[in-house]
Amino acid sequence: MAKKIPQINASSMADISFLLLIFFLVTTSMDVNQGLARRLPAPIPPDQKVEDTDINKRNLLVVKINSANQLMVQGMEMDVKQLRAKAKEFILNVNDDPSLPKLFEEDFGAPIGVLKYTKEHVISVQNDVDTQYQAYLNVQNELVAAYNELRDECARKYFHKGYNELDEDQQKQIQKIYPQKISEAEPKNYGN
Amino acid sequence: MAKIRRNEKREMPALNTSSLPDIIFMLLFFFMSVTSMKEVTYKVQFQSPQATELTKLEKKSLVRYIYVGTPTAEFRKQYGAETRIQLDDAFADKSEIGEYIINERSAMKEQDQGLMTVSIKADKETRMGIIADIKQELRRAYALKISYAATQRTSY
Repeated sequence: MAKKIPQINASSMADISFLLLIFFLVTTSMDVNQGLARRLPAPIPPDQKVEDTDINKRNLLVVKINSANQLMVQGMEMDVKQLRAKAKEFILNVNDDPSLPKLFEEDFGAPIGVLKYTKEHVISVQNDVDTQYQAYLNVQNELVAAYNELRDECARKYFHKGYNELDEDQQKQIQKIYPQKISEAEPKNYGN
Repeated sequence: MAKIRRNEKREMPALNTSSLPDIIFMLLFFFMSVTSMKEVTYKVQFQSPQATELTKLEKKSLVRYIYVGTPTAEFRKQYGAETRIQLDDAFADKSEIGEYIINERSAMKEQDQGLMTVSIKADKETRMGIIADIKQELRRAYALKISYAATQRTSY
């Protein structure tokens, strides 16, 4: 008869792994790191004179947020919920409205072809020193959402897929039609 | 011939627990992969603002954090209830941000330096003045890729 090998007592193994588990539960945090990705403009060299970039008035959408978190778009008060539609209307300019950005015709390559788009539009966000961070982020969020929706619509129209499912080259093609142009001026005091 | 076992006691068979460690280890690995280590101990408290158009921060090693909020209760006596900036484990002045970013960047691999992202974790009640100051400092330090940390909004 073969010699019996005595079994190793593994009952404490469970306790050890429980300890490890609890240690990890305590030291880690569940929240995933996500956020609204933005890109800051490059700094202006100190020796360079600040030149007034001449932007045609029709190409500019001014969004102001005051210290009471109220929104003013093109001189009119507006709710943040309406901002997305307004921004989309501004970026698209479907009917070639003379008060909305100028349309340019350009060939975007294979499936898209020649298309009219507002090449020079700029959305300018101006906020007060006392504006709340959440209000500012709401505005940024709506503007990014407007671009994302337009890009997605375009992707579905020409590629029959969502924007996120496209490969990098196709995404770049669409980004050319809807370039994100959100400019942020230095904060000023707009009173009250 | 049938045997009648009278003397043997009827004992409850021992429950086989040899798979229990495996189960617990599975749980452990699940938690290790799902959660992330806390980067620092927070000295400021903040509640992330909400947004919908969120993107995940891909590579953790390329992300640096700037925390903005009011000091937690234990530091309130010392630092007051004003909004403060925290870099790594300590309170910092906004003038220290540039140096911090440059130091952190030079510690990175050369091919990664251009991909550095700065995540601003600020309280939703923060005034924009301080955020704008931080943004100016980041611009000056050429840390142009930023991310405003936020949580997913479920409804308006």
